[in-house]
Amino acid sequence: MITQPNLLEPGKDLKKRYRTDRWFQRIGITAITLALAFIALLFYKIITEGYTAFIQTKIMLEVDFSEQTFAKENLAAADYPALVKKSLSELFPEVTGRNDKKLLFGLVSSGAAYKLEEMVSANPKIIGTRQKVWVPAASDVDMLMKNKIDRNAPQENRRLQDNQLAWLDNLHNQGKLEKQFNQTFFTSGDSRDPEMAGILGGVKGTFLTLLITLTLAFPIGVAAAIYLEEFAPQNHWTDFIEVNINNLAAVPSIIFGLLGLAVFINFFGLPRSTSIVGGLVLALMTLPTIIIAGRASLKSVPPSIREAALGVGASKMQTVTHHVLPLAMPGMLTGGIIGMARALGETAPLLMIGMVAFIVDIPGAISDPATLLPVQIYLWADSPERGFTEKTSAAIIMLLAFLMTMNSLAIYLRKRFEIKW
Amino acid sequence: MIYPYIIPSILALSAGVYILGLRRAEKVATYSGGLSELHSLPTHYGVFAALCCAMPALLVLVLWMIFEEKVITSMVAGNLPADLLRQSANELTLVINEVKNVAFGGFTATSGNPAIEKAAVAYMAHLTSARNMVSILVVFCSIIPAWFAIKSIGKDLRARNLVEGAVRIVLFACAGVAILTTIGIVFSVMFEALRFFQAVPLTDFLFGLQWSPQIAMRADQAGSSGAFGAVPVLTGTFLIAMIAMLVAIPIGLLAAIYLSEYASSSLRNWAKPALEILAGIPTVVFGFFAALTVAPIIRELGTALGFTVSSESALAAGLIMGIMIIPFVSSLSEDVIHAVPQSMRDGSLALGATHFETIRHVVIPAALPGIVGSILLAVSRAVGETMIVVMAAGLSANLSFNPLATVTTVTVQIVTLLVGDQEFDSPKTLAAFALGLLLFVFTLALNFFALRVVRKYREHYE
Repeated sequence: MITQPNLLEPGKDLKKRYRTDRWFQRIGITAITLALAFIALLFYKIITEGYTAFIQTKIMLEVDFSEQTFAKENLAAADYPALVKKSLSELFPEVTGRNDKKLLFGLVSSGAAYKLEEMVSANPKIIGTRQKVWVPAASDVDMLMKNKIDRNAPQENRRLQDNQLAWLDNLHNQGKLEKQFNQTFFTSGDSRDPEMAGILGGVKGTFLTLLITLTLAFPIGVAAAIYLEEFAPQNHWTDFIEVNINNLAAVPSIIFGLLGLAVFINFFGLPRSTSIVGGLVLALMTLPTIIIAGRASLKSVPPSIREAALGVGASKMQTVTHHVLPLAMPGMLTGGIIGMARALGETAPLLMIGMVAFIVDIPGAISDPATLLPVQIYLWADSPERGFTEKTSAAIIMLLAFLMTMNSLAIYLRKRFEIKW
Repeated sequence: MIYPYIIPSILALSAGVYILGLRRAEKVATYSGGLSELHSLPTHYGVFAALCCAMPALLVLVLWMIFEEKVITSMVAGNLPADLLRQSANELTLVINEVKNVAFGGFTATSGNPAIEKAAVAYMAHLTSARNMVSILVVFCSIIPAWFAIKSIGKDLRARNLVEGAVRIVLFACAGVAILTTIGIVFSVMFEALRFFQAVPLTDFLFGLQWSPQIAMRADQAGSSGAFGAVPVLTGTFLIAMIAMLVAIPIGLLAAIYLSEYASSSLRNWAKPALEILAGIPTVVFGFFAALTVAPIIRELGTALGFTVSSESALAAGLIMGIMIIPFVSSLSEDVIHAVPQSMRDGSLALGATHFETIRHVVIPAALPGIVGSILLAVSRAVGETMIVVMAAGLSANLSFNPLATVTTVTVQIVTLLVGDQEFDSPKTLAAFALGLLLFVFTLALNFFALRVVRKYREHYE
């Protein structure tokens, strides 16, 4: 250790001590770099994996909407899959064998028939004409076009057979196989087929659920913050509420799911898998966050404002509602948005209340079974099909985009309305 | 028939009463010589009258909404034919449900049983007449108090105090929601957990070494009771949490120290929010990343080095969880380090200590309680984290401390036991609540202790 301190002639010891200091700094920088590098890697991986989901492989078919197909009154009862098969057979008249035909029809997604049905019901005049229609290709074809299936692998290790590859090359050379913008991803709900699955159901469910969360959690949170900060007497009861709120903010989210399951679903008998239960659970979960943020922003309003209002004869309630609350509102809004952003990313409590069901329909009301974007991500991440991997990543990109918008809004509000006292 | 419009009509009535109260207060003011003669502002009188109009009516309405189902059902059930009534409670519920389906389902739902059809008609009739009566009652309950309220408006009525008192009660009730939530959590989890402990003894649950709830398939099956020893689940949880903390503590703490002690303010200004991004990424994203990218890398690496690595190894889940927790450690620790008074650093530096020595011998010891608190909070996060482990860790409960093997956690078990269709009286479902109770108690104790430590520490330097 330090024996004879001589400031004029620093010994080896001092150099060593400074070297330790520099090493420590380097370790610190490494730690930060590691964490930031991980964020970069995560974003890189998700984006490179997911951007391909925004485009989709489509096949152009020439469909003969002949009148005998639509002989029946009911347009929905017509055999649309047969139309698809017929036009595929016209494209490749040389394919005759039963097995070969099955392989050929497998190139086109089962969603192609729905697409034709939509066209006919939107415009019945096309009956009796021949139309060129771009229909979605099967997921395997899509993966091949995006180079996610190795076409040079031996046939038995490949999802597509040799003759299927030949047909696809043929189509590609004719310009009948193309990658186009994937509209389905934004306009449809969940599906068992990756090429037909979209996030609209999840987005709408998220919107409905967060709407309930916001309308419940924000007013109650603000009111609770006002009571605790402005009116509550200093006693054990108030202390108890305060400790309680701080602890609730740190309770694992899955526990809130158990609460929702036991209380809202089993006790009150609310329907499972619906936005209303999800919204209630998330509201209880975000409430502590909003209360804590609200109290902090009420605390930052200087006492002189209150004293001045009380001094000119306002009551305590008038002081709070006319002067303190408007000044604290930007901070409360910021807290509210951050709470909402947390709720948006939450998955675990929703699994408990049955929001993991496979739901194709897009929810229209708060009492409809719904799925949320993060739960949709979880469901797709669990699916074994290769095609869902890119969908998962794309849904994550959308979720992160929503989160970023909300957080930027919070930062903007804080910057714009922040008052330095 | 006004029942569907009852809430809008109460609101409209209250608005009218508000205006009447306001007018009356103004009139009183003119007769007694100006507004300053009144105790409160005219609007206070208006709000007072409106509250007197709306509150009793809404109270009656809410009470009715809560008890409507029970009242009507008991009325209908009393009139059911005797052979239907003689059934067990469960079957009776089924019959009542069928009655309701027929009653509300319109023409699509029909039942073969004429007794049920008749009951359904009676159900609808009872419901309609009861609702009409309630509507009339509600209207009376709003008009009569409102009339008295308007009558009582005089210059000495302390309307402001009354109104503000009512608002205060509402504010207090909102603050009480937090308490209700805690009570709700404790009771709901405790209640189901107690039912579980009736089937499985507490000692078996806490000290049993075997966890296999899935075998309870058929009542007559061998081993149908399943095995509910929580020890392997707990060791799995702690193994993963420990790996996470081994990642998060060094990185988080070093980042916090560097940012608060060495970094220039410009670096701090962008590095801090950048680290906070980690806290904002949804856990389901981390889980996807862990399962899709990290687990295969670890598996390949381990196989190349000659280890047998499970594809759902504890290491992958733990690593990613650790990274997720970094900002929780770093931002709280940084606050704590920041709170150490500058004079202590200055004193140490003035004695000739290097920066590192100051940190090691002065800053860290001074900030230690706060740092420990932040680490404990992070541990509670790690234990309660769900999505990462659900997606990246395994389901089978192995009693193993090998980070390359598959282990399961409390949260994974809760999710697997409760997702999907379930019956609420089997120990399998109730076991999830027992695990939930364990998790809640553990994290609550940890949080309570950590928050106290941090709070004490803050007071120490303030």
